Amino acid sequence: MRTYLVWGLFLSTSWLILVSWRTVSAPEKLSDYGFFKGNSANQQPADGVVPYALNTPLFSDYAEKLRFIKLPSGQSVAYNDTAVLNFPVGTTLIKTFYYPNDFRDPTKGRRLLETRLLIHQPEGWKAFDYVWNDEQTDALLEVAGDTKTISYVDARGATHQQNYTIPNLNQCKGCHNRNEVMMPIGPSVRQLNGDLAYGAGKENQLTHWQQAGMITGLPALANCPKTPIWNKPETGSLNDRARAWLDINCAHCHNPSGPAMTSGLNLSISETDPTALGILKTPVAAGRGSGGYTFDIVPGKPEESILIYRINSTDPGEMMPELGRKTIHAESVELLRDWIKAMH
Amino acid sequence: MKSYLLFLTTCLISQLAWAQADVQKRYQTKLIMADNGSTVDLDAGTFTFTGTLSLEDKKRIIIRGKGIDKTILSFKGQTDGAEGLRVSNAEEIVIENLTVQDSKGDGVKTMKVKGITFRNVKVEWTGPPKAENGGYGLYPVQCDNVVIDGCTAIGASDAGIYVGQSRGIVVKNSKAYHNVAGIEIENSRNADVFDNEAYDNTGGILVFDLPDLVQKQGGNVRVFNNYVHDNNLPNFAPAGNIVAGVSDGTGLMILAANGVEVFNNRFIRNQTLGTGIISYLLTERPITDKAYYPFATAISIHDNVYERNPGPASSRGRYNQIFDKILKAGQSVPHIIYDGIADPGTFDKDGNPLPGKRICIRNNKNQSLVNLDAGRQFKNVSFNATPFDCQLEPLKTTTSAR
Repeated sequence: MRTYLVWGLFLSTSWLILVSWRTVSAPEKLSDYGFFKGNSANQQPADGVVPYALNTPLFSDYAEKLRFIKLPSGQSVAYNDTAVLNFPVGTTLIKTFYYPNDFRDPTKGRRLLETRLLIHQPEGWKAFDYVWNDEQTDALLEVAGDTKTISYVDARGATHQQNYTIPNLNQCKGCHNRNEVMMPIGPSVRQLNGDLAYGAGKENQLTHWQQAGMITGLPALANCPKTPIWNKPETGSLNDRARAWLDINCAHCHNPSGPAMTSGLNLSISETDPTALGILKTPVAAGRGSGGYTFDIVPGKPEESILIYRINSTDPGEMMPELGRKTIHAESVELLRDWIKAMH
Repeated sequence: MKSYLLFLTTCLISQLAWAQADVQKRYQTKLIMADNGSTVDLDAGTFTFTGTLSLEDKKRIIIRGKGIDKTILSFKGQTDGAEGLRVSNAEEIVIENLTVQDSKGDGVKTMKVKGITFRNVKVEWTGPPKAENGGYGLYPVQCDNVVIDGCTAIGASDAGIYVGQSRGIVVKNSKAYHNVAGIEIENSRNADVFDNEAYDNTGGILVFDLPDLVQKQGGNVRVFNNYVHDNNLPNFAPAGNIVAGVSDGTGLMILAANGVEVFNNRFIRNQTLGTGIISYLLTERPITDKAYYPFATAISIHDNVYERNPGPASSRGRYNQIFDKILKAGQSVPHIIYDGIADPGTFDKDGNPLPGKRICIRNNKNQSLVNLDAGRQFKNVSFNATPFDCQLEPLKTTTSAR
């Protein structure tokens, strides 16, 4: 009896160790990389690690994000004005997701949830996700994803409690995918062409990168494309802001070489064909995501447009995007409603 | 000694509880860590998942359960991702001997897989058929060399077995019931659909070609030796989807596909359209896709058996109105319905159809047909089979040899 139990314990323990900890070739702890000075949780970049921001970022359930880039020492990236910058092998993109405890008052602290790394290895980009421990002392590598319960007070003072999903390794590629090759999504010139508060004060990011020797071939700023800030009307027309929002929130899948290519719907900022953009286009495999409507976009009629229906849903069988969203982004739904209403 | 045993037992129980609660993580880890060429064995039992299970960028993987209804992957209460199981960018993948239940969206989606086999897989939505069920049961899309063998699909609010934008397809020995569409081949080339049973769906088998998709011009599809019966289920697809326009009582519907050979099937008690051959123009949906060809051409329907119960067509859907208009009192609904909308370019200057593009209907048991002349407001509705009495060269699909 006793032998049986001991063996049982031994076997189940070793089995658990086997399935949970077959290692991927990456450090186990985020702190092992040395991206941050002192306590990693303070997210103070070490030398050579540069913070950056996007003009119009992906919505992730109101989570805040801290982004950093580390180029291989002495190397730079070449300017291009159409796509995501072609960062050299050795580059790491670092993105930490967190919620302020109270969006109205940063002094009330924050909870870090995960830090995602995209590392450009010789064989291509690789994604690694580090999940912050409850003590907020370090983040540990996790391949299979996780779900956390989070709570925060929003900008209007309302308290929210919701589930937050940390993606598994395969889900990373669900979005970071061009022709089945893993790719970064955000850092294009148009998205980086905006100001950021650096230690020494506010500066245009492209200018800062140029001065730091991080980018080559940069033309005059006035000649660089610039994505408007989706919720700042002074930065772009309604159409430009709506297209910018769709580009960063949808076009990573909805492009001709992305995972949603099978739908024929292309929401890239460069798309000019009205049907491919969804205007009077019938859905292909929407299922009940159609909401009973006939077309993706009916000009002038947001209430009859499948696109609005799907971004305004949180049902996993209907909603868009399929991943990374548990709440409705009311402000962007409003933007896209206005955009469709203004079409004719 | 006693406390020692107690301690061990507690350890074991808590570990087992942890393992059960963390089944999502455990199975997902297995799939992520699987080496190329390996088999991922799934235990017998019902396992409940809250999110999609996915396999990416792998070669020669077998995902193997202990059998249909023995290994059940249940996605009831799913909160993350739309599909149950998802495979993408892979080669030579086999999924076999398992059941996938109640996913929020599609049951098993495989995209960009070269060589995908579903063998003895059941995908079902439990409970009565309803619009809230997921769209597709088995859903290979943009795949090459698809084999669906011995599978069952139940309750899909779009198509139970759906092959889209793929090349080289075999669907055989499978069953589909209580779906809107039982089996659908869409924008796909070189498909053999045979030895299947499609029943109690809204439409039994669909061969469709739709605009605005990456892969256009489907065709070269053979549908043979199937038993397609009693497909009279009221359509429960959410409006807006193309299948929401499928009339209940449809046995086989060919929509804008080119090169379809239908033979040795039994179409029994499909009360509206035993077989329909229609153009995309009949759907009255806009076409902006310049590369899209909206007509059904080179269709051959021969050596099938047709039977239906006496009485009117299903009371739902537009065909009933059409039949009301064109049938005399007591005249029974024809088994084969052709909308008569043809590409003018498929006729010679004397108005005779070009031989390779024709629609040929011959040698079917109980054959009866109508040409609706829908393109001219049903002006010259004709029940005359003579213009269709011809034979096309038997199709050869690349899969025929298998």
